Amino acid sequence: MTEEPIRIIADKCVGCSACVKACPFGATSMSDKLASIDLTMCTLCGACVQACRFDAIEMRVKTEEKKDLGLYRDVWIFAEQYEGRIHSVTHELLGRGRKLADDLGMDLCAVLLGKDTTEQVRELIARGADKVYVVDRPELEHFQDEIYALVLIEMVNKYKPNVLLCGATTLGRSLVSRVAVKVHTGLTADCTGLDIDPETKNLLQTRPAFGGNIMATIITPNHRPQMATVRHKVMKEAGVDTNRKGRVFAEKIAESLLKSRAKRIRFEKDTSTAVNIAEADIIVSGGRGLQKPESFAVIRELAEVLGAAVGASRAAVDAGWIPYSHQVGQTGKTVCPKIYFACGISGQIQHLAGMSSADVIVAINKDPEAPIFKAATYGIVGDVLTIVPLLTAEFRKILKK
Amino acid sequence: MHVVVCIKQVPDTTNVKINPETNTLIRAGVVSIVNPFDMYAIEAALRIKEKLGGKVTALTMGPPQADAVLRDAIAMGVDEGILVSDRAFAGSDTWATSYTLAAAIRKTGDFGIIICGKQASDGDTAQVGPGIATHLDLPQVTYVRKIDELAEDHIVAERMLDEGSEVISCPVPCVLTVVKELNEPRLPSLRGKMAAKKAQIIQWTANDLGCDPKGLGLDGSPTKVVRIFTPPPRGGGIMLAGEAQEAVHALVEKIKDAVIAVSG
Repeated sequence: MTEEPIRIIADKCVGCSACVKACPFGATSMSDKLASIDLTMCTLCGACVQACRFDAIEMRVKTEEKKDLGLYRDVWIFAEQYEGRIHSVTHELLGRGRKLADDLGMDLCAVLLGKDTTEQVRELIARGADKVYVVDRPELEHFQDEIYALVLIEMVNKYKPNVLLCGATTLGRSLVSRVAVKVHTGLTADCTGLDIDPETKNLLQTRPAFGGNIMATIITPNHRPQMATVRHKVMKEAGVDTNRKGRVFAEKIAESLLKSRAKRIRFEKDTSTAVNIAEADIIVSGGRGLQKPESFAVIRELAEVLGAAVGASRAAVDAGWIPYSHQVGQTGKTVCPKIYFACGISGQIQHLAGMSSADVIVAINKDPEAPIFKAATYGIVGDVLTIVPLLTAEFRKILKK
Repeated sequence: MHVVVCIKQVPDTTNVKINPETNTLIRAGVVSIVNPFDMYAIEAALRIKEKLGGKVTALTMGPPQADAVLRDAIAMGVDEGILVSDRAFAGSDTWATSYTLAAAIRKTGDFGIIICGKQASDGDTAQVGPGIATHLDLPQVTYVRKIDELAEDHIVAERMLDEGSEVISCPVPCVLTVVKELNEPRLPSLRGKMAAKKAQIIQWTANDLGCDPKGLGLDGSPTKVVRIFTPPPRGGGIMLAGEAQEAVHALVEKIKDAVIAVSG
């Protein structure tokens, strides 16, 4: 057994219970005016250490030698592409990356893996990349976890970026998890905020945890690159300037890195989703309040008029009314649209975890006590089958469809 | 085939309440459960054993009471449970967690397919599955929604991507991470429950794993939490009252500009 990673210094503790209030994990408690920490619940987040005004909580400090981090330069954005089209999350990362690179006094770079990439390279420069590192090979036409990871690891080892950002998409998370382990650095998942600490120049990576009920700011103080995946639809896209100039580095890669053990056999496009919920600006979601599968027609109709994606609660998916790829929430997808319509959805915490970061939430539900109304920006108490068609009619007029 | 399924004990958020003053989760009285995604991983592992024979091992890293999730897995039909538990693991981030789990999997010896849930419901990172694969230098198929073909030496699986399904053939050993669509987890049988009660959980500490202590816990975690805070509560919602037509009209007036901005 090793020493306790965190402990209360009994002489200094005055029993003010500030640490109990500060602990997001319910790990601190008071007995006989002395704080104690349940180590089985503690995550060593340090919230109690910050809250204690008497320096009565001591957390073990990491023992590690300082490495020379000065060799690591530039802010890198992994440019995700699908069928030769750059994913819009990449544009958002270039938008935020510009600010980070400027704050660090470094260049903003994009790294692109693909086939026939000339157009995409131009697009990345127009969106703000000062340099584009590109590996153009037939083997890289489609994303493949192993090959993409090997190539990206090679590039990171060669050029030593200070920051490496990637969209928190299904592909992005599969890819950079491998890269971070291999190059031995930290990786923060699904960030919604990125800033540079003006003093230490560390990347401050802020992300929601526990379904968005708490936020954590995380740093990677002693490893480089500082890696993070970033939630789609949170950062503002970089603008386009076709006159911008940038430098292009066409990389040669050893053949041995282009062999994958897992082989892609085929791809089947999901035709049931006109608009993908992960990318949608507007989502119209239906839940148990629709009462029968046919009623989803009213949801689809509103979505069509608005150019929105169709989402669903777990209840609607489990009832077999709509495929799983539409499910929003903890066991489905986390979405972040501009506007989210929750129609006949009660708003269980698992559902809220998946959509509560939408800019505007509209809730329509029969039950005025439904928890969804607590999360909603606007709420209407009423039957979805009455309200939604009225909404569709009004928007059809406005949008002239 | 020896299938290893990695599971995590998480707080059950089904009935979680939020403290309206501090806007934090009220964790007192919250029971712990098997991470929901890991239930599909357990079921997938059992189905592989039913087809190919062999053994299913459930593996978890956590405090001593995390043995409860191993017993839940055994009740469903898993053959053995391994609890990796040590103070030295406290404060592990995803790098250190996947390093520790990979060391434990290596110690089991003859593993074939390793299965994880897509992500855990408390951390939501989806990084540990691919992390284990990388530490063990194995190929991976993430977000598996369907298994098309299964043999001792390879597997053909469909993974769920944003745009559709990708069908991948992958040699064994490999790591899979799975989504809900893959299967319907079975309920524990009475015999399973009895077995779970009596089962001897294998317990390994940091010493047993024979790995570099610098890779464990706080020391092995490149990331560091510097601040925890509660997000500002959403601005008080506006309820639109009146007759249906009237309320709808009021709503449209409120959101019309935002809608036109994105779809007009």
